[in-house]
Amino acid sequence: MNEKKSIWDSNAVYTFISIIFGFLVGAILLTAAGINAGEAYSKLVTGVFSKPKFIMWAIIYASPLILTGLSVAFSFRTGVFNIGAEGQFVMGSLAACVVGIKLSLPAPLHVLVCILAAMAAGAVWGAIVGLLKVKKGINEVLSYIMFNWIAFYFSNYVVNIPAIHREGGGEATRDIADTARILMPEAIRKATDCQSANWGILLAIIAAVIIWFLINKTTLGYQLRAVGFNRHAAEYGGINANRAMMTAMAISGAMAGLGGAVQLMGMSGRISQFASQEMFGFQGITVALIGASNPIGCIFAGLFYGAMKYGGSKLSLIKTPSEVVDIIMGTIILFIAVSHIFRKLLAGRKKGGN
Amino acid sequence: MGKVSHVDEKTIAIQMKDIVKKFGDFTANDHINLTVHKGEVHAILGENGAGKSTLMNVLYGLYRPTSGEIFVDGKQVSIDSPKKAIEMGIGMVHQHFMLVPPYTVTENIILGMEPRKGLVVDLKEARKRVQEISERYNMQVDPDAKIEDISVGMQQRAEILKVLYRGADILILDEPTASLTPQEIQELIEIIGHLTADGKSVILITHKLKEIKASADYCTIIRQGKYIRTVKVDEVDEHDLASMMVGRDVEFVVDKKPLTPGDVVLSVKDLHGKDYRDVEILKGLDLTVRRGEIVGLAGVDGNGQTELVEILTGLKKGDSGQVMVNGQDIFNATPREIFDRGITSIPADRQKHGLVLEFSVAENLILQNYGKEPFSKKGILQNKAIMEHAKKLVEKFDVRPAGSETRPAGTLSGGNQQKVIIAREVTNDSDLLIAVNPTRGLDVGAIEFVHRYLVEQRNKNKAVLLVSFELDEIMSLSDRIEVIFDGKITGGMAGKDADENTLGLMMAGGKAHE
Repeated sequence: MNEKKSIWDSNAVYTFISIIFGFLVGAILLTAAGINAGEAYSKLVTGVFSKPKFIMWAIIYASPLILTGLSVAFSFRTGVFNIGAEGQFVMGSLAACVVGIKLSLPAPLHVLVCILAAMAAGAVWGAIVGLLKVKKGINEVLSYIMFNWIAFYFSNYVVNIPAIHREGGGEATRDIADTARILMPEAIRKATDCQSANWGILLAIIAAVIIWFLINKTTLGYQLRAVGFNRHAAEYGGINANRAMMTAMAISGAMAGLGGAVQLMGMSGRISQFASQEMFGFQGITVALIGASNPIGCIFAGLFYGAMKYGGSKLSLIKTPSEVVDIIMGTIILFIAVSHIFRKLLAGRKKGGN
Repeated sequence: MGKVSHVDEKTIAIQMKDIVKKFGDFTANDHINLTVHKGEVHAILGENGAGKSTLMNVLYGLYRPTSGEIFVDGKQVSIDSPKKAIEMGIGMVHQHFMLVPPYTVTENIILGMEPRKGLVVDLKEARKRVQEISERYNMQVDPDAKIEDISVGMQQRAEILKVLYRGADILILDEPTASLTPQEIQELIEIIGHLTADGKSVILITHKLKEIKASADYCTIIRQGKYIRTVKVDEVDEHDLASMMVGRDVEFVVDKKPLTPGDVVLSVKDLHGKDYRDVEILKGLDLTVRRGEIVGLAGVDGNGQTELVEILTGLKKGDSGQVMVNGQDIFNATPREIFDRGITSIPADRQKHGLVLEFSVAENLILQNYGKEPFSKKGILQNKAIMEHAKKLVEKFDVRPAGSETRPAGTLSGGNQQKVIIAREVTNDSDLLIAVNPTRGLDVGAIEFVHRYLVEQRNKNKAVLLVSFELDEIMSLSDRIEVIFDGKITGGMAGKDADENTLGLMMAGGKAHE
């Protein structure tokens, strides 16, 4: 019997099933809380799809998430768990902000310089953790988490430096120069009735394609994957594992930093004083998991999360807590994590059956 | 060794008829028959990947057969889970033990079926039964010893006890001697004798011919998933068994053409180095290997062989000394520099150092050369060249299953994984090939294959350093044998003059003339 590759061998199917389960569990909880789940879910859908403006907003929400997702997915593929994307995001955002306020350059150049500054800041933030790991043997998960908080307070410090801080009221920086914004042309923004429509999504997709190419098609990607899977064999094969690991952590950080730049240059235009972590980095972990650590998968997973986040923000209109979105996302991750059990069950049945 | 047979030819314990097991289009078991009597030791012999383990997993309920019938005590049964197999009195001891190291033997044995007294586990009662079973078969297992404190042989006995405790009458032992010392193997064979004397049946999965001769009554041979035949072990010799297993005549002795060793390729002088505990283990070692010779490094494990090879291949730094390859200093150079100067190696641990198991065979075949043309150009991998290279090597080195270049290396059997490594290292064609236990865990067919390639390297006027714990291997391949003891070379002899006793004595620290 010539069996074709079954659809049950594909990651996407399990992700899809997990998403359905996530919504089911969400529905059960909503019902238990006395809320009409059907109504809530239809609000979630219409809140995203009923107007071009809404769709545009969901994409705006998605862009930085795709990039932090990419950051985490890249780290997974190279054997590191980048739980520090949050801090790299903040550092990237901050670097772009300072450059965006302080430099005056013509538009395309200013954008480029801001993006490079953000990626460099994220890369350095990730590489320092790598350096601590390689030179001093410090567990990267611990330092990543600490570096998240260092970035958090450093950002709050910089926001309050007089040369950066907003004149007049508001606990935020000044607005970055218009030449450093990545907004779409006025015509599109008018047509979609969305003043924040920006090119972030384009940057995210380009970054995903580059990362995909880097991992799968280059010798650098070969080295990083080899070290990620089996450091000993990689070293035996002549790959400098420490250097590869630091490179991977820097690239991962650069992606998160770029995410920070996109959020700043596309959407907010300034950095506010943080009261709590913004969670872009942590949500990137969810995106990476839903996207099965595949860079292209991260585009779709990021769009999904962005839509959920944006749609969820409208749930309060019908007196439904928007936290239900977090529950659904959490449940999806849980189901993806156990999906290899489904897979085994199905595989076992198939083997026994024929 | 005094094998005593306890076969009760009239009582059939287990019968498997026409078992077929397919995975997709791959047929792992193709109409296999097996009959095991009460009190019988039945060996199942086959090359790596022949389908032995698949057949046993079918019997143990881990796989459902595609077709075929199984009878236990004359009744047809369907075994769809290990739980059911255990209920029917079938127990399996896996090659890799399933024990919890910080637990005692007793705790491990009762795990999952703890006898209770009210709410608490009744350890006392369990301990008593474990003790009883252990004494009955003369296994000498301390029920209170922690697994992490006892030897591998003892751990295996704990596994056997676990199976007996659950009431097994038929014991499947999967490659039971793979990690045992010769002494422990002897003890295991004795325990198997006690078991069969008590009417238990033992199915032995193995590819070691000596052990089959020493312990089994019958032997069923499987080749590439097909049933070949079942023989009475007393009526055949090792050579017959090997030929049936491989399907052709097997040469135990390798053909070597006479060669005069040429220029020095590797020269090690006064090498000092520490082991992982930071204790000096290499204490001034000297060694030379010339072109056109195989130098066998004989020694008991732990005398510095591992560290020597790690320093030679750049995986570890030495403290002092001189290491030259073709006149160039490579002491404490990086693995990459050493590779580029002309040393390749077949590492001792193929899954740790030799392969990236998640990588495809094709990707593994370029582990050192991924950055060189034609496999990459300007930092971009050239998939076409990589695949062509892999196809060629998979075919030339007979890596099975055929066309496995896109499969993850981890899905291949151990012997085929080793073939991938050999293919890569031999193709590197460096001046010095270091092979560390290159045939560990391989069957005779694969061993012959590996030996042939080592000799071929020598015949091509390359240098080969063979580090092995198998004296037979060292003696049959080496042109010159050096003995390593306590971090130094303590003596040497020409390969053709070597005998086991003298070597054994030298390896234990004695002098040749004593």
